[in-house]
Amino acid sequence: MDLQVAEHALQHHFADMEQQQETSTFGMWMFLLTEIMFFGGLFCAYLVYRSSYYEAFVEGSQKMNIWLGATNTAVLICSSLTMALGVRAAQTGKKKLMVVLLLITILFGLGFLGIKGVEYHEHWENHEFPGPNFHFQTIDKTPPVDPQHTEIYFSLYWAMTGLHALHMIIGVGLVTWIILGGLAGAYTPAYFTPVEVVGLYWHFVDLVWIYLFPLLYLISKKHGGG
Amino acid sequence: MTRRAADEHIAPESHVIPISLYVVIWAALMVGTGLTVFAASVDLGIFNIVVALLIATIKGTLVVLFFMHLRYSTKLTMVTVVAAICFLLIMFSLSMTDYLTRGWSTLH
Repeated sequence: MDLQVAEHALQHHFADMEQQQETSTFGMWMFLLTEIMFFGGLFCAYLVYRSSYYEAFVEGSQKMNIWLGATNTAVLICSSLTMALGVRAAQTGKKKLMVVLLLITILFGLGFLGIKGVEYHEHWENHEFPGPNFHFQTIDKTPPVDPQHTEIYFSLYWAMTGLHALHMIIGVGLVTWIILGGLAGAYTPAYFTPVEVVGLYWHFVDLVWIYLFPLLYLISKKHGGG
Repeated sequence: MTRRAADEHIAPESHVIPISLYVVIWAALMVGTGLTVFAASVDLGIFNIVVALLIATIKGTLVVLFFMHLRYSTKLTMVTVVAAICFLLIMFSLSMTDYLTRGWSTLH
């Protein structure tokens, strides 16, 4: 049975299943590395402006709710665990377990997006979205912080977390696709490359957040926000 | 690489990581998150960012090595990933050598 599936899944231009899987995984890594470069541009912009307007970045970051941010970090880490266990279930041929674990992964992913939505709503209500409605009351300080510099912080905050959230939404879509395949019996221990590859994508999105959280939420020890 | 017949070699030799190891990595990541929040509440001056990035990098390395199976991947994949990270750091460094040294000139 497995042999039949393997022969069916092996495309003619690969020598064997191992080579086929290695090629797919390597291809996914190449894509994720371009994604690192893509996010890298934003991280570099962050680095440049943070070093130029440190005080403004501290004031901006104090509007972040670090407990929601920390909760979201934990939610993503849990989703990565269920994803990793889901890939393992596919690897070991536990088809039902894989579907259940991936459904839990999606729930964590949606939970993350929900919490992010609550935060976005708060920032929007507080006029912390860059543009004509942006308003920022600077704390009395000498020299005073230019609100326009805080606006740069918020531009980067929305761009970086927004791009990350977009990746989360795509990730939820991809995991849904894997679940549908799993229900149709598309994956076996001999062929589960799509599960493995979507897992890589999911973990990558978690990886980006691991850096975003301290850089955007925890700039200074003075925790305001919350 | 020698071509192997399908009946000799059906499944890829993918490494099955024990569940316990995944749970240990998960626990380490959770502890790391708590540690990041705690470290940010202590005033370390310039070292706050150093500690934050250090913890993030340890967490990231765990994710990449175990959750993303890089530890069990081909050497080609490992070298490519390391090369990309080096490139990212080179680009950060080159950008910052510009921005951090503006105004250093004594010509005007």
